[in-house]
Formats: sequence, structure tokens, C-alpha cells
Amino acid sequence: MIELKQVSKRFLDNVVLDHVDFVVRQGETVALLGPSGVGKSVLLKHIIGLIKPDTGDVIVDGLSVPHLKRQELAELRRKIGYVFQNGALFDSDTVYENIRLGITDETCYSDDGYCADRVKECLRLVNLQPEVGNKYPAELSGGMRKRVGIARAIAGKPTYLLYDEPTSGLDPVNADVIDGLIERLQQELGVTSVVVSHDVRGSFRVADRVALLWQARIRAVGTPEEILQSKDPAVQQFLERDLEMAVIQAESAVPETTQHAPRTGGGAGGGVG
Amino acid sequence: MADVTAVLDLRRLVGRWSLRAAGHTGRFSFFVADMFRGLGEWRTYLPRTFEQAIAIGYGSLFIVLLIAGFAGGVTALQTGYQFTGAYPLYIAGGVISESVVLELGPVLTALILAGRIGARYAAELGTMRVTEQIDALESLGRSPMSHLILPRCLAGLITIPALVMFANLIGFLVGWYAAKQSLGITNADFEYGARYFFKSFDLWYSAIKAIFFAAAVTVIPCYIGFNTQQGGEGVGKATTQAVVSASVIVLLLDLILAQVLLK
Repeated sequence: MIELKQVSKRFLDNVVLDHVDFVVRQGETVALLGPSGVGKSVLLKHIIGLIKPDTGDVIVDGLSVPHLKRQELAELRRKIGYVFQNGALFDSDTVYENIRLGITDETCYSDDGYCADRVKECLRLVNLQPEVGNKYPAELSGGMRKRVGIARAIAGKPTYLLYDEPTSGLDPVNADVIDGLIERLQQELGVTSVVVSHDVRGSFRVADRVALLWQARIRAVGTPEEILQSKDPAVQQFLERDLEMAVIQAESAVPETTQHAPRTGGGAGGGVG
Repeated sequence: MADVTAVLDLRRLVGRWSLRAAGHTGRFSFFVADMFRGLGEWRTYLPRTFEQAIAIGYGSLFIVLLIAGFAGGVTALQTGYQFTGAYPLYIAGGVISESVVLELGPVLTALILAGRIGARYAAELGTMRVTEQIDALESLGRSPMSHLILPRCLAGLITIPALVMFANLIGFLVGWYAAKQSLGITNADFEYGARYFFKSFDLWYSAIKAIFFAAAVTVIPCYIGFNTQQGGEGVGKATTQAVVSASVIVLLLDLILAQVLLK
């Protein structure tokens, strides 16, 4: 279980998180929505201990993350897979080496045979051919980089998966592929996931519950249906803005969207409309 | 009134500068302490250290030898210009060899490498910081010290003293050749002069300086690159800052070591 209790964080005069409470139960997928720059990624980095809160506590697996010692934090991080916004792949290493670094058990990491099998398995899970392992990140498309980032995050068989804007910067077709992948990984691996996004339809597709971060606070939490029915003006404003973006995207990518109708035609997406 | 404002501005400026300096000192101390803590993870950093050592050592050899050669040659010509007629010619052997070994070899090599290696390290690590690669490494429970910092710093500590010794040798040989050509000094006179002024401590002094300089041109750029902020512009700033800081520290260390070791 992941729990943020009254977490506050400010950078100079900018209050990013203001007494935020946020809970993710074991085995569920929670999407954290909010406009760009609102502090979603900052919240996610608190969970893995990359950022410490000014006040409040972050509890993962019963451990208080800000108070962990270096070694304890490293051990906790081995249970958490983090998918970075732009992949954050190591430029000078091949895709194989990148994914191998995700194998956090040192005994397994030292076993070349295990690593070869595990990397191949992870590439399969993210719908990539084994040959991609020989390529360098610079040779991959944006969508492939994201998928390699996901493969690296799952290589260590984590209990928790944190996705930081997994579909940002992707066209609707590739975004749909990534959403499908998150859904499938959730079903196959049964991990507890947090998906940070500003893409409403994608989030509604993959999440059991949705939270809206608005002006440094969690404004609304609930199932996608509950969020859709919310009368909160901030929630409605955010959902409407996303709908406008969806129309612009759909107009600029007509051939793709007609082939991938589920992205706009799903239950959640339909509800927004 | 204007005087009061000026004094307040100055106080604010000094205060801000002091806070920044104190902040850097604290962060740098933690950074160095983290490096020492990472020394236990030799399985991770040793293979990477050799890769880095080959990259920076082999890659820097040509430019270091070229600069050392020119320095030796110019020293010979200037010695001739200043000393001819006033002192016996064999003194040129001592002046050239001592200048190269005590000062020009280590300092010029360190300044060249502050630009070459320092800029490279700061830019590499800065880019890794702003593209979240360092965060990614930490998120995997792996230490950036043993994966990124220690290999770079240890590679510098291995290769830079070696490069300095090569630079000393080439500077000395080119200086000898240039002295023969320009001053007409004989091999015997040059050798006599060089031996007359040479002490075995001189080579140790050169090596000690090289080790200190190696630490400066690797650790400082790594620290600056590691703490880069604000995207591509931040990487540019970090790279410039790394080269300037490392160069200034090299010159400062040069002064301190001369004061401490040449008593």
C-alpha cells in the first residue's frame, strides 16, 4: 500500500503540494490527473524517495520513505518500478543493458543466462522484438523508448509500478498502445500502479480509481464514473479542457483514430463526451 | 539616502554570496563523503573505470604531448634569449628540465585536461541529470556514485599522473632539441646542467601535483555536472562553470603545493 499523509512541498515561493493525502491500495491502479506543471511528477517522486517532503509522511509497504536510511531506501526502490516521462534511458548503453540494469536482484544481475532470458521476456511483454535489444536509445522512436522504459521498470519484478506521463508526446495510436500495455501488465503482473497523466480518456481506461491534483491539493478522488459525475467546477473544467484537446488531436490524426476507435469510444471517454 | 541603499545592496550581495558558498561547501562535502562510501562497490565501478581510463587517457595523449612539446621548445628559446652571454650555457639544461618537470608539465597538462575532461564530464553528467537518467539509476536502487562518479574520478586519478609524466618527458626532449638548435649547446653541457640542478624529489613533486590536479579536474566537474539544473541552458552553464572552476582550483593548488612542498 502507498500512503501520502499531509505531504507538503514547496520550491522557493512555489507551493507544489499543500497537505496532500493520497492512498493507493494493494493491487489497484490509480490515475493521478491534473494540468501540466501542477506537481503530479513531484508527488510520484515522493513515493520513490527522489524528493523529500517539507512536511508530512510518505508510507510505502509500511515504511516511512523520508526516514529510510540509504540502504533501506535502495532495498525499497527495488520493489518499485518507475517509468519516466521520456524514458530516461541510458544513452551510452544498448537497450539490452538498459533493461538489464532494471534487474535489481544482484545475484540474478550477475547471471548472464538469467539476464538474457529476462530481458527477452520483458521485451515480449512490451511488444518489442528481441533484436531491439541490440539497438541504442537514439535509434528508437518515442513510443519504443517509452516501451523500453516500461520493460526496464518491470525487469526487477516490482510490486509497485509508477508511470510518469506514459503517453505524453505520443500520437493517439501510440498512446493507445501504451494504455493497452499498462492494462495488460496490470492483469498479467498484478502490480499496484500509479499512473500520472493529463490524458483523461487513457487514465479512465487503465485506472480503478482516479484522483485530480488541482492547485497543490487533491481535489477529487473516486472511480472514473464518480469523477465523471462530479459537480466540482474544477473537475468539470479539467475534463472539458481535455475533451477540447481530444477533438484537436482527433482532427489532426483522422486516419489513425478511425482505425483505433476504442480510444475515444470507450466507456470513460464516451462519458466525458 | 543613496549611500544607505548602496550599503544595504552590498550587504545583501555579500550575504547571498556567502549563503551560496556555504551551500556549495556543504553539498560538496556530502558529495565527496558519498564517493568514499561508494568505494566498497568495486564490482560496479572497476570495469567502468578501465573503460573511462582508456577513453580519456588515450584520447588526451596527443593534445597533451603536443602542448608539452611546444612548452619545452618555447622554454628553450626564451632561456636562450635571456641567458646567452650572461651565464654559462649548461645552465640552460637545468632551467629547461626544472621548468618542465616542476611547473609546465603538470600545470599545462592539468589546464588542458580541465577543458577536455572537465567539460566532457560536466556535460555528460549534466545531460544525464536533466534527462532524468540519474534519477532513473537511483530509482533502480543503484548508486550513481559507483556507476557514474567513481569510474570517472578514478580514471582521472590513474591517467592524469601518467599523462603528466609523458608530458614531462616530451617537454624535456623537445626543449633539449630546441636548445641544441637555437643555442648551440652540446649534449654533454645540456646533460651536465640538467643533472646539476635535478633532485629526485622534483619528479615526486611533479607526481604529487599531478595527483592533486587530477582530483581537481575530475571531482569538481563531476560535482557541478551532477548538480545541474534547468535543462539545456543549465548544461551549458554547468560545463562552463566546471572548466573555469577546475582551472582556477588547479592554479590555486599549484600555489599552495609550491608553498608547502618546496620549503
